[in-house]
Amino acid sequence: MLKKALIGAACLTAMTVAQAQAQQAYSDNKIKIGILTDLSGTYSDLAGKGTIIAAQMAIEDFGGKVNGVPVEIVSADHQNKADIASSIARKWYDTEQVDAIAELVTTAAAVAVREVSKEKGKIDLVSGAASTALTNAKCSPTGFHWTYDTAALANGTANAVVKNGGKSWYFLTADYAFGHDLQAQTERVVKANGGEIKGAVRHPFPNSDFSSFLLQAQSSGAQIIGLANAGADTINSIKQAKEFGITQGGQSLAGLLVFITDIHSLGLDTAQGMMMTTGYYWDMDDETRAWSKRWSAKMDGKMPSMVHAGTYSSVIHYLKGLAAAKTDDGMKVADQMRALPIKDASGFAKNGKIRADGRMVHDMYLAQVKKPAESKGPWDYYKITRTIPGDEAYQPLADSKCDLVKK
Amino acid sequence: MMTLFGIPTAALFGQLLLGLINGAFYAMLSLGLALIFGLLNIINFSHGAQYMMGAFVAWLALTYLGANYWVALVLAPVAVAAFGIVLERTMLSRLYKLDHLYGLLLTFGLALIIEGIFRQLYGISGMPYAVPKELAGGWNLGFMYLPIYRAWVVVASLVLCLGTWLLIEKTKLGAYLRAATENPALVQAFGINVPVMITLTYGFGVALAGIAGVLAAPIYSVNPLMGSNLIIVVFAVVVIGGMGSILGSVVTGFMLGMLEGLTKVIYPEAASTVIFMVMVVVLLIKPAGLFGKGA
Repeated sequence: MLKKALIGAACLTAMTVAQAQAQQAYSDNKIKIGILTDLSGTYSDLAGKGTIIAAQMAIEDFGGKVNGVPVEIVSADHQNKADIASSIARKWYDTEQVDAIAELVTTAAAVAVREVSKEKGKIDLVSGAASTALTNAKCSPTGFHWTYDTAALANGTANAVVKNGGKSWYFLTADYAFGHDLQAQTERVVKANGGEIKGAVRHPFPNSDFSSFLLQAQSSGAQIIGLANAGADTINSIKQAKEFGITQGGQSLAGLLVFITDIHSLGLDTAQGMMMTTGYYWDMDDETRAWSKRWSAKMDGKMPSMVHAGTYSSVIHYLKGLAAAKTDDGMKVADQMRALPIKDASGFAKNGKIRADGRMVHDMYLAQVKKPAESKGPWDYYKITRTIPGDEAYQPLADSKCDLVKK
Repeated sequence: MMTLFGIPTAALFGQLLLGLINGAFYAMLSLGLALIFGLLNIINFSHGAQYMMGAFVAWLALTYLGANYWVALVLAPVAVAAFGIVLERTMLSRLYKLDHLYGLLLTFGLALIIEGIFRQLYGISGMPYAVPKELAGGWNLGFMYLPIYRAWVVVASLVLCLGTWLLIEKTKLGAYLRAATENPALVQAFGINVPVMITLTYGFGVALAGIAGVLAAPIYSVNPLMGSNLIIVVFAVVVIGGMGSILGSVVTGFMLGMLEGLTKVIYPEAASTVIFMVMVVVLLIKPAGLFGKGA
């Protein structure tokens, strides 16, 4: 009897010790993921609250725990400002035991947080920001760029447009780092395909009246007016181009960064026929439809942008990395994330893989906006005309200026 | 081809015309602000939010009531004015005896709350609002393509501004209003209900913002922040024109719109700052503004 009790007690002790060891591998006995995004400004529809919902879904789908350790979410509004973003990131890492920061729309905010994360050896999962700087000069061993970037947008849209005969281009460019980067990437692709650049005008950011810039684009005689801007600036450019008879006059618009939320705001009547590149569309297959409908139910019937789906995909992959690494040490988790296959319920990241520079390379899609008659209702907006293989869409690794890439 | 500042004159005419159209919005909004400041001594920082509300009333009326643009043009200013009158009666009227700063802070806070509510309800991307069928299309003027709707905006704005100016300067009601600004106690002694008149003035000023919102809806994206992007420029216009000067704000609105239009061709990067540079210069040389009286 005594012997049995002793064995029982020994077993129990061993189990407790083992559990304690498992938990110690994750500091503070919990995993905390910070969603840092624009919750009130111009990008709060394409990213914003929807990305918090997406991250919550990722945690639920993973079972709420990593090897028995609970996962929590914190969120904050960086107001698209680099200084606010970096001070929140510092506070989260230093005093609130945050293990990773995800989403990060707006290049300036993403770069600021990247520097803090790199310094602290923490993981960042960039979804909403566009600039290729994140996988070049600003790359980090624990930093990932998940959803899209300016190179992929330019390679997708500009390639297709030039091949369809749109040889001469004029740019309307938002006058800040992102706009300049997007214009430069697009010019590179246009020229490589034998196209010609007629000129560009840099408009203030944000701006509401584009008629003056559109008139300059019109008198340039270029076949294609490339919109190297985003959000409300793109919406207003497209709306006013129609008003001034630019599209009816034979010139075409190429929206270089267009989200489904922009199309919803424009209406199909105005946006029809436009070509763009996207990393995700809700109505591609059963998987994307099922995931998007779950997200939609929590978001008053809206449909997810690529940033929403990308945030889900990046967070669930991070959780897989944590589970495989059996620790929350940033470097070890990052190694596991690079090694593990990328697949999740959102249907995002088809043929996805993570490169040494932190770029998550995956298939992109060339989409054309439907005519009003072709659409069955709200959010039925895109025809996917081509799947662009990841290696074709993104900057080749050999061209990366990231110092983590072995040359 | 003839050129001016290195730009073909035809293109220059086009840009001046576009500037005039933008100036129409500056004029309408700064007129309302000047009116409210002149008679109430309130710096109405919620003017941008009220402009946004005008555009949203148009969109809501179309979406939920099927009311077209012309109905909205009447409905929106009435709705926005009613809202303004409630604000004036419940909050602003308590501040007249205090420093300007209190009115500014209150209306600024209100603007943030109103914009926050709309953002919560409708998101940030904005809502589509089509140009009314009667005003669709455009004219080819040779030097540019002028959308009929833009021409309509200029005409509507000129009529509104001129009408308001006549009302204030040439009618008996306007005379009462001006008198009440100078000496409310004396005017009240003559049996005129000054508080009601002030309330209606605020309602009228705000209604102008509401109309401007409806006029803007088919051109700009109807979104909760559309007013906050514009209001700072409009304040600069009022300051340059002279606080409280009705004619000043209208003329300055159109003039600065054209100046901004020119800047967009000559050096586009400065387009968003040129008005503020003018403001600095005017404040240094003539602190009361171009049309202002006294300091």
